[in-house]
Amino acid sequence: MSGVALQTAGLCKSFGAIQVAVDIDFALESGARHALIGPNGAGKTSFVNLLTGALRPSAGRVMLHGEDVTALDQIARARRGIARTFQINQLFRGLSVLENVCLAVAERIGACGELWRPMGRQRAVIAEAMALLEEVRLAGDAAKPVKQLAYGRQRLVELAIALGQRPKVLLLDEPAAGVPSAESHIILDAVDRLPADIAVLMIEHDMALVFRFAKLVTVMVAGAVLTQGAPDEIAADPRVRAVYLGGAHV
Amino acid sequence: MAAADSAVTFLTERHRWHWSEALPWIVAVGCFFVFPGYLAFGAQILIAILFALSLDLILGYAGIVTLGHAAFFGAGAYTAGLLAARLGWSEPLSCLVLGAVAAAALGFVSGWFLLRYAGLTLLMLTLAAAVLLSEFANAQADITGGFDGVTGIEMWPLFGVFNYDLYGHTNYVYALATLFAVFLAARRIVHSPFGQALIGIRENTNRMRAIGSPVHRRLVTVYTISAGMAGIAGALFAETNAFVTLDVLSFQRSAAVLVMLIFGGTGRLYGAFFGAAIYMLLEHNLAKLNPQFWEFGLGAALVLTVLFARRGLLGLVEDFGARFRSAPS
Repeated sequence: MSGVALQTAGLCKSFGAIQVAVDIDFALESGARHALIGPNGAGKTSFVNLLTGALRPSAGRVMLHGEDVTALDQIARARRGIARTFQINQLFRGLSVLENVCLAVAERIGACGELWRPMGRQRAVIAEAMALLEEVRLAGDAAKPVKQLAYGRQRLVELAIALGQRPKVLLLDEPAAGVPSAESHIILDAVDRLPADIAVLMIEHDMALVFRFAKLVTVMVAGAVLTQGAPDEIAADPRVRAVYLGGAHV
Repeated sequence: MAAADSAVTFLTERHRWHWSEALPWIVAVGCFFVFPGYLAFGAQILIAILFALSLDLILGYAGIVTLGHAAFFGAGAYTAGLLAARLGWSEPLSCLVLGAVAAAALGFVSGWFLLRYAGLTLLMLTLAAAVLLSEFANAQADITGGFDGVTGIEMWPLFGVFNYDLYGHTNYVYALATLFAVFLAARRIVHSPFGQALIGIRENTNRMRAIGSPVHRRLVTVYTISAGMAGIAGALFAETNAFVTLDVLSFQRSAAVLVMLIFGGTGRLYGAFFGAAIYMLLEHNLAKLNPQFWEFGLGAALVLTVLFARRGLLGLVEDFGARFRSAPS
């Protein structure tokens, strides 16, 4: 698959006088491994919210595979293949790990309109959820209540739920946030194993993770795109070093 | 991968019946024979259970908080009552169905608007909606009898055969059979994928939207079903008591059904059975002890439940069961 998966044109968002997105033109290629970096408050998460439809833009358009989805809400965009994970876990805390992932799969295939036949008969849903858990190496924890898992493993559930949507576009909001650095490789290993045709955009602060993951890096500052390029170009860019890396050695 | 297999087995087997689920029904049938003098009161307990069960579906599973659930109980009660007393249609089963339809229609319309909100806002809006309905019923005194209510409700024999005796034999069996039928439907719904989606909404609405779940539609659907079930309870109430007053729409009734569910425990269906039975028995016996201060006893019981049994009495039973099982090792 080639071409542009997700694109924005002149995307703007302001809350009163505060502009969190300033005229953003952005393209995420199919199969991309794209990182979005920028200092705190640069508007990265707001940008993800604009992409998913959780926020409505003040101006501009969002296009998914060339189709204008600006008018669609978050639910409709999710059904068209935009999935995301959250900076702070958004899990179904009272449910088991397997049930968490089953929900995403069941909603995707439209099984949740079924009021009469038991969930236990949805063998295909359960099998697919189980396969996803094996992919993120969580099969052994499937029966556990998700709140009993260590935070790093909960981050994997967060990812598995998004994968249960079989996304075309996957937006990862700081997938390793809150995970001890000794364990962050678990997350990145899981990200490495994602199907190649999924376009992945990752917001990340940890530069080591960014350089390991990304083929392309976009830098945001104060709601606007500062620059975009290959990881080593970005690392060498003096403007980026000034606003973001702060002279840190990378 | 034994752990993985057990997780799958748990999901595929969960909807199967457990032997302990027979207990409340055995008790209910047993009461028919053991307390023949109390069957009229027993029928009222069964109706309260049915009403609490309908609330559990939205509160315990979907996480919808409401202080206006009596609106649907009242809609069912007035529908059945008015059909019998004003329009001369007194066939009990069709009055139940029509009561359910009227309440469900009301649930659908009000839910469509109100379920865009959640939490405290929703609590206040449901309360306001129920008060509005009660005032509306009061204002339409020509039809509803206003404060005096609808009297002279006389139902035709059940199935054209069974008459209503003074001791409430027929009503008790009628209420129990209705409760069982509604319970079977509720049990199927909570174990269905739809029921799982409701639990997902309760646990994390935000994430359900992110995975593309049509949250509003799911909530309106279950609210409509729950309203219909509450309407059946209300219609049964009208038929078995032979009168309907504004009391069926009152805030007290909305609050009482919530307290019943807190007593028994939410999100487990059987909590409604324990909670409603305990509430009704407490109310009955405390009022006999002291006609003025019976509410004090209920309040004290509520405080104790909230302090020491936050998941309700069934939650306590589960905790003890778990301790008992783990103790020998």
